This record gives sequence, C-alpha cells and structure tokens, in this order.
Amino acid sequence: MTRAESKRSAPPPGADVDFVQLLTPDGERVTHPDYSVDFDADELRGLYRDLVTVRKLDAEATALQRQGELGIWASLLGQEAAQVGSGRALRPQDMAFPTYREHGVLYCRGIDPIMPLGLFRGVDQGGWDPIANKFGIYTIVIGAQTLHATGYAMGINKDGKVGTDEGEAVIAYFGDGATSQGDVNESFIFASVYNAPVVFFCQNNQYAISEPLQRQTRVPLYQRASGFGFPGVRVDGNDVLASYAVTRAALDNARHGQGPTLIEAYTYRMGAHTTSDDPTRYRVASEVEEWQAKDPIARVRKLLEREGLADDEFFASVDADARTEAVKLRERVLALPDPDPTEMFANVYPNGSHEIDAQREQFAAYHASFAHEGGH
Amino acid sequence: MADTLTIGKALNLGLRRAMEDDPKVVLMGEDIGKLGGVFRITDGLQKDFGEDRVIDTPLAESGIVGTAIGLALRGYRPVVEIQFDGFVYPAYDQIVCQVAKMHFRSRGKVSLPIVIRIPFGGGIGAVEHHSESPEAYFAHTAGLKVVACSNPSDAYWMIQQAIASDDPIVFFEPKRRYWEKGPVDTDSAPFALHESVVTRPGSDVTVLAYGPMVRTALDAATAAEEDGRSLEVIDLRTLSPLDMVPVYESVRRTGRAIVVHEAPGNLGLGAELAARITEECFYSLEAPVLRVTGYDTPYPAARLEEEYLPDLDRVLDGVDRSFGW
Ligand SMILES: Cc1ncc(C[n+]2csc(CCOP(=O)(O)OP(=O)(O)O)c2C)c(N)n1
Repeated sequence: MTRAESKRSAPPPGADVDFVQLLTPDGERVTHPDYSVDFDADELRGLYRDLVTVRKLDAEATALQRQGELGIWASLLGQEAAQVGSGRALRPQDMAFPTYREHGVLYCRGIDPIMPLGLFRGVDQGGWDPIANKFGIYTIVIGAQTLHATGYAMGINKDGKVGTDEGEAVIAYFGDGATSQGDVNESFIFASVYNAPVVFFCQNNQYAISEPLQRQTRVPLYQRASGFGFPGVRVDGNDVLASYAVTRAALDNARHGQGPTLIEAYTYRMGAHTTSDDPTRYRVASEVEEWQAKDPIARVRKLLEREGLADDEFFASVDADARTEAVKLRERVLALPDPDPTEMFANVYPNGSHEIDAQREQFAAYHASFAHEGGH
Repeated sequence: MADTLTIGKALNLGLRRAMEDDPKVVLMGEDIGKLGGVFRITDGLQKDFGEDRVIDTPLAESGIVGTAIGLALRGYRPVVEIQFDGFVYPAYDQIVCQVAKMHFRSRGKVSLPIVIRIPFGGGIGAVEHHSESPEAYFAHTAGLKVVACSNPSDAYWMIQQAIASDDPIVFFEPKRRYWEKGPVDTDSAPFALHESVVTRPGSDVTVLAYGPMVRTALDAATAAEEDGRSLEVIDLRTLSPLDMVPVYESVRRTGRAIVVHEAPGNLGLGAELAARITEECFYSLEAPVLRVTGYDTPYPAARLEEEYLPDLDRVLDGVDRSFGW
C-alpha cells in the first residue's frame, strides 16, 4: 500500500465525536441541552415492549429462513432502538420510505408484521399499498428511496401541508453504505433546494455488507449535511429515548416548514448483513462483543428496574407476549399461499397490454397441455 | 494441465492469472476484498495482490465505472465487479455514454480496456433485482462488446481474453451455474473470445443459447435424443459482435433454429438472431426461427421463477412447435 492510500485504514470516521444520548448503556438518564423526552412510566414500558417484540419477531424470521421457510432475511438485530425510537416519533400523517431492514419501523407504524414477509419468502415483491400504509415498498436498490421521499416531501410543500402542527413530514431510511450513492447525494440537493419536509435517517450500523465505514467516508456522516445546507445531527442509535427525541424534533421542524435534517443514528449491525452473509470473514468477534455491552434493550430494562417502573412480572409478561406474537407470525408465514403462476402477468401496466394478455393465454395453454398428458 | 473446476473457481483462477501476467490489471467492486465478493469470485485475491489491486470501492456503481474509466485513461486495466445484474443500472450512463464511446470520440486515440463483470440470470431463489438478464441493453450499444461464459473452461479463458482485449467488454457470468464443475485445460485456450461454438453436434434443429441456458439446451438435447430427435446446440459465447458463421452453417444443415434465453423475448438477442438467420438462410428454413425466452414481465417473485424461466420442457416444446409447423 502506498503512503497516500494508507490513511484509508484510520479508525472509523468520527468514532470519537459525541452524539446525542439521553440513556447510557448502564440505564442512566442523562440530559442534553437541545433534546429531551417526557415519557411517563406507561410510555417507557411501551417502548421496552416494542423493542423486545421487534427483536423477537426478527429472531423468528431468522429462524424461519434457517428452516427454509424464507428465501433470505435482513435482520435488524442491534438496530432496534434506532428503529423504534424513530418509528414512534412519526406522527400518523407522516410518510416513511424504508430500505429492506426497517421491520421495526413498520411495526411501530402499527402495520401487521406479516406484511413484508411475502417478499422474503418469495411469494410476492412486497405488494402492499405504500400510500394507505404510509410506508413505502421495501427498496433493495441502495439509496433509490431517498429521492422518492424527497419528491413526496416536495409534493407536501406544493399542497401547502406544512407550517402547522398538522403539517406532514417524510422520513427516508438508508444505511451508511448508501451515503455513497449518487441518488442519496442528489436527494440531499433536491431536499435542500426545495426546502422539502424530509428527514434523512441514516442508520450507521458500521458496515455495508463487508465494507466498514472507512470505505465510504473520511468525515462523520452527519457532517455531510452542512455542505448541502441543512442541519445534521448524530444520535446514539442504541438509545431509544435519544433516537425518539432527535427524530421527533427533526420531523416537527420539517412539518413546520424548516426543511430537511440529516440524522446519523450511530449503531451496530449485530448479526450478518443478511442470512446469506458470513461476517466472520471480515470482522472480529471482539468488536461485536464491545457493542454487545451497548445493547439497546438492556439499557431500557436497567432504567425501568432502577426507577422501579417495572417488576419481574412485567418483564416476564413482555417476553411471553412477544413469544406468542412470534408463534402467530410463524404460523401465518407457513400459511402464506404460493402465488398463482398467472399472477406474474398481472399489474405490469395500469392500462394493461394486449401483448401481455396474449402471453398469459399462451402460458395457460402451454400448462394445460401438460395437464392433458397427466400432470406436470 | 487439465483440472476439474467450478465456474466460480475457474473465474477466480483466470483473474489471478491475468493479474500475474499484467501488473496494470486492477479489480474494483463492492465487497470483493476480504469477503471475496458475495459469490467469492475474487476470494483470496486481495490477500495476495494487496488493497491497491483488489479495491473495495464505495457503494456506488456509477462511481465504480466512472473511476474505472479514469484509471484506464491512466494506463490501468480495470476489471469491475457489479454485485448483481439488477445493480448495474446506476452505472448505465457511464457505461453507455462514456465507456462505449470514448474510443470513437477520441477518433481512436484512446481505448478503454475495461471489463465489467456481471453475474446474471435467475434460478437462485433470490429477491427482486438479483435475477435479471440485461444483456440486450449492452449488446444494443455500439462500442461495447458483450460476452457470456457458460462453462468452467470458458470462464477461465474468456475472462483472461477479455482483460487482455483493448475493447471495453461487458462480461456476463451465469450465476446459477457458478457451482457447476467441468474440465479446464489451463495450458491453452480452446477458442478465441468472439467465437461461437457448436457444443453438441446434431442434425434436426439448431438450438442457440448462451450463459446459463447452454446447460438447459444441452439437457434438452439429451432428452430429445430419446424421442429420436437430434438437436445441435450452439453456445453463442459472444453476444456482440455476434459470430454468425457457425450459426448459418448449422441452420443451413438443420433447416430449423430455436433461440433460448432467460431475458424477455421482446427485443432480446433472439429477435436479432431470428432476423439475421431469416435474411441469410431463408431458403434453407423449414420453419420460422422460434424463441424460447422469459416473458415480457418484470422478473417475478422467486416462487414463480421456475414458471418464468425457460426449462428443458419449454425448449422441447419449442422443438415440437418447429416440427409441427
Ligand atoms: C444499487 C445497489 N448496489 C448494490 C447492492 C447490493 N447491496 C445490498 S445491501 C448492500 C450494502 C448496504 O449497506 P448500507 O447502505 O450500509 O445498509 P445496511 O444493509 O448495512 O443496512 C449492498 C452493497 C444493492 N442492493 N443496490
């Protein structure tokens, strides 16, 4: 390696830069000059329940993949606080544009967790109504959805639906790797130029498949925002309270007409990139252990215990309920019907196409010819 | 020396040999370093050749191809890996407007010896964007050469020939066949890069295929033999330029031709092949040139891909239709 290039192996950019934190890994509340939350005991217990449930459902999906019931699964393990915090910060009128990993946000939107599983089982490609759910179709092409989010937010401006508490805002999810894509940088420019009510929520989980953050950036990601002309903030993505507070503030700013914000949720992908990945090829166990100590769920439990807000009975019931939900999810995944083969000819065009219709008929006739011969 | 290798391993060894032969060869792509690529095609290469020559790039396909152009202008021979077929599109502008046209625009003063490797096609049960067959977009573009390997020997030799060529080459790899084994003679290349080859001689009908569909065509030929029909299978290998000489020779003998590809039929390689065969072999044809292809729909969900993809039965159905004409 040459001298000029050896700098590439420096520590992760900005590992030493502070973030907004309201709850330490030890479960202690800390204050921040700009951000706070005023959750009551019920709400705190609710967040804990969300975190545990989301993790449990995710583990169930991983197990389903291992058993051959899903083709692949992109686990959110380790990123629960970033997703539950930001997901709960959304107001009902807000719109979310996810990647393929936002199962926790989906859950917090009140959406049935079965919804994305058809895509991972291979029976459909999402298939939900993004508008009715206020939750976009999972987007696998890295970064593409950030532009969709920005355009949707531009539409909110055009509709005059900003400037009040009832104003609408949009959140665009993406990863640290995605920040390198042209689409993401272009979305920053459009959002800035049009003052679009969009929050860019980057879950920096330190890896894009095998590539560590150093392959994408020399500066902390949140600092990118200033070059585009809007605020950037880094939050402890393993702290559900801070993730909530920072996202809520950014969304409310957006809905009040103050334009975009970039949030970098500093977190860690505890598992493999997807079930197809083998992280032992590119990262060491000690790194994972270090992050284990910053677990997003353990710290909320410690808080609840320390402040006497929950007892063993509560924790046991949360676990039991999550298990029940997971079992229900499993049963429903197993019951997902295989699609009818002619389904692939449907919905290619809103106005249809006589060519596709003809192909569907040929397809049906071809298959019928096997039936005559006594089965295919 | 003859070895038995998988297609994946043959590509890996071919890349290794190209890097040994020419210090200007550099590999670029997402996750090709420590991970060795999601299909492990570059496994071990970064360890042996260093981070300068096996470059884990930022996650940006336009950036990868665009900087490969700059490196090529600077005298390097970049070999770019696009992780999956469906992720080449962010680089489409750089490939079509820049890679393809630089030689022409400079009136021949510069060449861009860039190889763009793309694992393509379906059959691996993947989620969307991981099973596409975008070869026609590139074959349609003047200034690009497009090839597809179908077996370990071609994988080993064609990747080296592509890297040695001064033409920009889009190199399609049949991802669902990466694990299939076959003999590789590592001493001498059996064929030139832009040569189509009769893989299985026959007398009744010519089946034209490339990439993953060659295996399907060969299996169909074996099955057809039991019905007393003799299929001649041609592995096109080069999609642009096409090597029509062996195709015309074959079709004049058999009087029938069927093109098989996974890509949608509409304006696919089959359309061009059918037109050329009709123009050159019209009086030899016993039936129109037929196509067995993917449907003109987006690639469907994994549970439907078997219905979408041409298989042995659909090739045989094509043969029946040709004879029933
Ligand atoms: C345009 C494009 N290129 C490549 C890929 C393959 N790919 C899928 S996920 C991924 C890494 C994404 O990393 P990041 O943005 O950090 O998100 P994370 O998966 O870590 O949540 C890559 C390269 C893709 N899906 N889309």
